Amino acid sequence: MKYSPFFTSNTSVSIVMLKVLLALVPGIIVYVWAFGSGILVNLIIGSVVALLAEASVLQIRRRPVLPFLLDGSALVTAWLLALALPPLAPWWLIVVGIIFAIVIAKHLYGGLGQNPFNPAMIGYAVLLISFPAVMTLWPAPLSLTAAKLSFLDQWQYIFSRTLPIGVGMDAMSSATPLDYLKTQLTMSHSMEQIWQAPFFGHWAGKGGEMVAAAYLLGGLYLVQQKIISWHIPTAFLGTLALMAGLFHFINPGHFAPPTLHLFAGASMLCAFFIATDPVSGPTTPNGKLIFAAGIAVLTWLIRTYGGYPDGVAFAVLLMNICVPLIDAKTQPRVFGHNS
Amino acid sequence: MDSKEIISNSLWKQNSGLVQLLGMCPTLAVTSSVVNGLSLGLLTAIVMAFSNASVSPIRKLVPTEIRIPVFILIIAALVTIIDLGMHAYFHALHAVLGIFIPLIVTNCIVLARVEAFAAKNPIAPSALDGFMMGFGLALVLSVLGGMRELIGKGTLLSGIDLALGPAAKHWVITVIPDYHGFLLAILPPGAFIGLALLIAGKNWLDNRQASNDLQGTPKPALAAGH
Repeated sequence: MKYSPFFTSNTSVSIVMLKVLLALVPGIIVYVWAFGSGILVNLIIGSVVALLAEASVLQIRRRPVLPFLLDGSALVTAWLLALALPPLAPWWLIVVGIIFAIVIAKHLYGGLGQNPFNPAMIGYAVLLISFPAVMTLWPAPLSLTAAKLSFLDQWQYIFSRTLPIGVGMDAMSSATPLDYLKTQLTMSHSMEQIWQAPFFGHWAGKGGEMVAAAYLLGGLYLVQQKIISWHIPTAFLGTLALMAGLFHFINPGHFAPPTLHLFAGASMLCAFFIATDPVSGPTTPNGKLIFAAGIAVLTWLIRTYGGYPDGVAFAVLLMNICVPLIDAKTQPRVFGHNS
Repeated sequence: MDSKEIISNSLWKQNSGLVQLLGMCPTLAVTSSVVNGLSLGLLTAIVMAFSNASVSPIRKLVPTEIRIPVFILIIAALVTIIDLGMHAYFHALHAVLGIFIPLIVTNCIVLARVEAFAAKNPIAPSALDGFMMGFGLALVLSVLGGMRELIGKGTLLSGIDLALGPAAKHWVITVIPDYHGFLLAILPPGAFIGLALLIAGKNWLDNRQASNDLQGTPKPALAAGH
């Protein structure tokens, strides 16, 4: 005898995670094209450490190691964190971040499906408040620097902090658009002056805007594949654009245009890959809209008035705390009941 | 209750920091180094020994209805003595611990032991209970302080010269040379995570002990049927 449900979908956690990784690939390719291959080193170290950490914790917890390793959730965490960290950061930075994300933020709360906070964002927040100096040193877009490092040079720099003769990190690093915006606005420069800086591109940061566009493409693929629903990306990007647009309309000299907010920092990554984490986010459709709009408002507030140039990680974590309440208040009406 | 039981209760079974979870305010706030944790822990232990010893003899004279204000006044007087004494003789350490010395008055564990033990027992056991409960807390504070200092700064016993004078300055142990520091361990989240790990560690030891005991004793015959 068979029992309902008779319609089943054959998507497993592994397929979902694999498609998420696949959707990140265009972003990574553009990243390498715009900023050099340093990000690949981050991704490789992150993936290896994440798998090792996941396997050891599963071993300690006496859980089956292989099935959980193959579900790919550790790899997704590793890739998201690696993409959020500056390329060319010292190797231990990503190692500490990944171990914190996998061991403390994921497994100490009970493993996949139990963690209340997004593990990658916990890793990011820990690194940002612990090591602010290395976390804010970003390489300049390749089109703006004379110094070019080979793939091997990047490995060497990441592990031993030595550069080829005649190349200095100063020549290769630059402020990020959001960072520059923040410092220049405090010196009361106007938006038009700020936009003259060489690392601004067509509508956001040079290089960064292209990477964000590629993330957008990958994200749309996920929506089309029904891996994520439209609610979170739409509400996040819509609210962020609305907030930024409204204030930019009121005072264009002081508030950044919505295009910058949408295509700089981690906005696109957040909209499709971070906020859409099925474990730490809400489950009801209305809840997803509220959750994503909350992240957008907090992100805009932290970027505009906070102490850090980007606020996506903190915004996501703060809204993660609200998820149980959001879920409880947005339970859809059971069919046939009145209210 | 004999003294052996009081001591084992205070240091392990009913440890105020790990089991009763009382006195969280200093546990989380001042444990950024071994010296800070240990000195505030010992001060609390001294206050608790004297407050238990002073409440115990008057326990039958104090009307039940107003016992809390009376106890608090006694504790506050003792803490004021400690505070002024620290200010006079350990000025640098007093400056570091700051507001947390007067705040010993509001530490739940002090009033808890006065109310739960000293108000029902004679002087000698009460004084022992107060001191040992405080000492149990001091141990947790120093271990937590050690963890946070080691991970956060790579040293142990930094600031010891504040407590013991400039001669002790070379006692500071640099465990990891050229360490950049892991700021999170020093910041408040480090205290929460560190305390959670300590509690988990204690429960793990207890569970292991319990399962060892169970294997040592002959198993009772299982009741048949259901």
